[in-house]
Amino acid sequence: MSCLVCTITILAAASVAWAVLLLPPSIAVFVIISRVSLLHPIQWISECVSLLTSATAIFSFILLCGVVLIVGFLNLEYYTVIPSIACSKIALLGQLLHPRQFVSSLVHCILGVIVAWCCAVTIGGRYQTLGYPCTQADGSPQLCLNEYQVILLLAGAFVGYCHSVLGVIHNMNYVSFHTVQQYKYLRFKGSLPLVVKCSAIQALYSVRNYLVVYFFLGYVPRTWICKTLNLQLNRLVCSLHPLDTIAGLLDFSLLYHLWISGTFLLFTWYITLLLFRIFVTEVYSFPVQSSFTEDVHQCLPKVLTGQQPAILKFLALHDLALLSQHSPSRRSEVFSLSQPGGHPHNWNAISQECLSLLADLTQRLVAHHDTVATNGRAKSLSTGSDKKSLSSESSGTILLSSQGTEDVMTPRPSVLIKTPASVFLRSSVGSPLTVPFTPDLDSPFSSPALRRLAGPVEQCSPWHGTVQSPHIMRRGPKLWSTSTGERGLQNKTEHVIPIVDPCAIWVKNFLAKRVLIMYLLNKLPEASSQALFADTQSHIWALEGLSYLVKASFSEDQFGVVQTTLPSILSSMLVLQEAVDRHFKLPHASSKPVRSTSSMEDSSYKTLRFALRATLKTAIYRITTTFGEHLNAVQMSAEHQKRLQQFLEYKE
Amino acid sequence: IFKHEVFDNQPFVIPLSLYFPRESLKPHSRTESSSKAAFLDHCETLWMRSAAAWRDAGLTGLLNEIANSSAEVPKWLSVSSGCVLALLQRISSFHGSLFPHLTLSSEDMIAEFSQVLKWSDCAVRAFAWHPHTDKFAVALLDDSIKIYNPKSATAPTLKHRLQRSVAAVQWKPLCASALAVACQNCLLVWHVDPCSLSTRPSSGCAQVLSHPGHSPVTSIAWSPSGSFLVSASPMDTNMMVWDVAAESCVPLQRVGGGGVTFLSWSPDGSHVLASTPAALFRVWETRMWTCERWPCLKGRCQSGCWSPDGSRLLFTVQGETVIYALTFTDTPGIPSNTKGPKAAAVVADLSETTFNTPGGDIVVGGEIQSLAWDPRGERLAVLLKGQEHFSLDRPAMIAVFKTRTSPIFELLPCGFVQGEPGTEPRLMQFHPNFQHGALLTVCWSNGRITHVPFYFLSAGMARHGLGGSPPQPRPEERPADYINQTLYTELTT
Repeated sequence: MSCLVCTITILAAASVAWAVLLLPPSIAVFVIISRVSLLHPIQWISECVSLLTSATAIFSFILLCGVVLIVGFLNLEYYTVIPSIACSKIALLGQLLHPRQFVSSLVHCILGVIVAWCCAVTIGGRYQTLGYPCTQADGSPQLCLNEYQVILLLAGAFVGYCHSVLGVIHNMNYVSFHTVQQYKYLRFKGSLPLVVKCSAIQALYSVRNYLVVYFFLGYVPRTWICKTLNLQLNRLVCSLHPLDTIAGLLDFSLLYHLWISGTFLLFTWYITLLLFRIFVTEVYSFPVQSSFTEDVHQCLPKVLTGQQPAILKFLALHDLALLSQHSPSRRSEVFSLSQPGGHPHNWNAISQECLSLLADLTQRLVAHHDTVATNGRAKSLSTGSDKKSLSSESSGTILLSSQGTEDVMTPRPSVLIKTPASVFLRSSVGSPLTVPFTPDLDSPFSSPALRRLAGPVEQCSPWHGTVQSPHIMRRGPKLWSTSTGERGLQNKTEHVIPIVDPCAIWVKNFLAKRVLIMYLLNKLPEASSQALFADTQSHIWALEGLSYLVKASFSEDQFGVVQTTLPSILSSMLVLQEAVDRHFKLPHASSKPVRSTSSMEDSSYKTLRFALRATLKTAIYRITTTFGEHLNAVQMSAEHQKRLQQFLEYKE
Repeated sequence: IFKHEVFDNQPFVIPLSLYFPRESLKPHSRTESSSKAAFLDHCETLWMRSAAAWRDAGLTGLLNEIANSSAEVPKWLSVSSGCVLALLQRISSFHGSLFPHLTLSSEDMIAEFSQVLKWSDCAVRAFAWHPHTDKFAVALLDDSIKIYNPKSATAPTLKHRLQRSVAAVQWKPLCASALAVACQNCLLVWHVDPCSLSTRPSSGCAQVLSHPGHSPVTSIAWSPSGSFLVSASPMDTNMMVWDVAAESCVPLQRVGGGGVTFLSWSPDGSHVLASTPAALFRVWETRMWTCERWPCLKGRCQSGCWSPDGSRLLFTVQGETVIYALTFTDTPGIPSNTKGPKAAAVVADLSETTFNTPGGDIVVGGEIQSLAWDPRGERLAVLLKGQEHFSLDRPAMIAVFKTRTSPIFELLPCGFVQGEPGTEPRLMQFHPNFQHGALLTVCWSNGRITHVPFYFLSAGMARHGLGGSPPQPRPEERPADYINQTLYTELTT
């Protein structure tokens, strides 16, 4: 396992190495663009060449290498394959104010200053130095502050800060897997224009905002720098327009250089991010079985079932989906029997893991539906009074986490991907404020974990070999409601502390009347649905893998190992299908994906639920078209038989 | 001429032939410019007009607006925008001289590159059988799509604001309801609930997939696994791979050729044929999405079709009267160094021939419009373009060949399919799972749709007794003597 985790690190290192290799050309392009003078082309080119071979350029290159290394490290440290979706404004605020995020913002600010300094030195001219010799009014020589460099350095810090904040808002650390496989080079080539465009546009907006901020607050850092470095502010001799006046800021060449520097900064960082995403999400081929015992932990069934970092589990599921589709030789290994004993260990491990993933999602959906069915209906009747009752009702169970010091942003290696509940638990504790106001969002997600505590019967794979309809599940105890909250949760106090405090309820009711608070508390549209399906890429692969394997088993499975699991596969798919259908009929769930804008933000998590719905249907059809009438011989409940018949007649 | 002989012992009922008279369908003329003339000129500020021009026609429109309103803008602005406009036109005309098809209007472009013969005045512009059931979709001249299902009394009509100049329709495999439509400006994916009784599904049932610069869409193809949809436009050098559920696309760009005109996905899902307007076509491998370039000598690749196991590609080239074949031996999943064949082989020559028939001499042959191979790989239908000018009148006609792929590839003439006097075939497609042989559906120039059955027993079918299952890759090995005794064909000409 450690070896596999190393693999990810090595991939990240390779991506950083490529980013460093790409630095010299991007520096060259930056120099050429920043010194552009169409009237003197020969002078322009010769200046650029001499600058690129100078010692300053090499020094800034080394500095920029350091910056790229740190950015690459931050990418590796903060990335996640399961996005943390803030369900309300206040949860988002909590994420932004979290210490971990604060550290990241600070580091980005510093890196921004470093890059901006490199830019200043490269552009040269009036940006070259921080101080310059000048004479005061009384004639004494002194060192004065060069405001042009200050404005550039601060712009770097500002753009860096914006980058880090927008990264949180847009889930920039989310790494998605592409459905269309391409070689790394082609993928990079395809995304390069997008990166250039995004960094230029983002830099434009950041610089605009920065200028507004500098116009009003620019004097603060300027006087501070003057005081610390003992420099004089000379407004008489050199600069005709002080830079915090409108006339001073409307210097076209200054704006151009600010924009170019911002673009360069964002470009290098985005390239690092892009390369990281490309390298980490590349298909990794796990061996299905190995004859050497020391390699067994690297085999697909072991990686799938073991306690792995989320990324490894995702890679394994991705590999499973691809092997089931494309490679007959690896499929035959899945269907094979163990040498002494003759057990289909590989198939059992893979199918059990996939089925438990599907069952888990079904449970989550049913639980969510139940909460919405009970709370949501009351909510839709009227607005004012019911909100109060809703919040008081849901304040029964409040989720608290004792691991406040631990990171919020990424699911660290220790985190299971079983359910994103843990992600939400942790992401919602950014600030103490968050906690009381988000329970109605978090409670449905936490319920699978609670269910396991309460009912040991529903362990692992509730669908295995038995026939259960979701109606049975729906009768399960509603642990998130006030009445039952205390009973079921006593053994897990480290995660969930029930608070039924009339005082707190009163405070909440009081706050609920304030407009700002309500604004912060209101659910973001779509967010709860997105959050529910945040890790659904794994379910999509599980469905694809299972359905392709079952399809292939029709002709390739010599020992009939799949036959034994076919009823449970079919029934779990049908149950999930019903749950997904019900989810899409909820009033708040939109039936169509929103248009994704072209930016560096990877918004594919927003459409995962639609992809799941389509994949699920296709997966069932794949099995029914392959097996046809033979499915009538499969042991299943009458309800599921009826549903399968619908699929056999192409009426779904 | 056509009478469908319904055999008493055949459980399969051949779908009824349909008739769409050309006169009953009005082509819609809804171009923006035509409706503009009907309204009074309204004085707007320059800002408003510029914004509207930018929205409607992009940069060119904006520059045009500024250049035309020289009275209101400073002189330098109008002059410079005029200069930029002239420069842009120069560049685009240079680009157009490199790729002549770019100068066509989008309607002409669809007509030029469509698989349908004389697409512009065709009553039936596109036709698609559902891959698993007996329903089919018909796109008509008036931009509506009708869906016919023998098991249901309702025939839903699909209309959408963006559904204009439909070039192709195709049903999603492994799905009962999704129908992709290639339109002038976008792709539409309709979700038509098979159990619904509604005759006019709302436009809310359609997903709109569009990408800037990717119009008009002339060809679409679903992957046989139902996971992707690829679309092609002659104006766009990108071939789009759509994840329809997420409405996201991955552009696969190859500049050579200047666009993509025709797409065909092999039935086993491993390859995609993509032809370009230039004398070049590509065969994409769908695992890692890399492509092989195939330059042609004479013209662009006009049409192509795959054998059921995806190992053999037949294609035709514009300006030539032969059918070429390419064989792909590498099995999917195992990356092999052998990149398939080095050159295409000619398998059939369809140059002009005269046949003596009791009704007089018939001249047959010439250029090929489209190819269709039946899902079992036993019949190949070839739509010949025909020729009308000069004294020599050669009508468009469908030639049918018997084919077999193993042990060696064979192509034997089987017969011709001809319509009523004065009509010519425009479009054809094989039924994807006709149980008693092959069923060719032909759309005629008079708006009639008929079905031509070919009854035969195939060895593959006898071995695989899967009722109604989709085209499975059939096993290659087949006793040769078995075929000869089971072949019989009913041609209803």
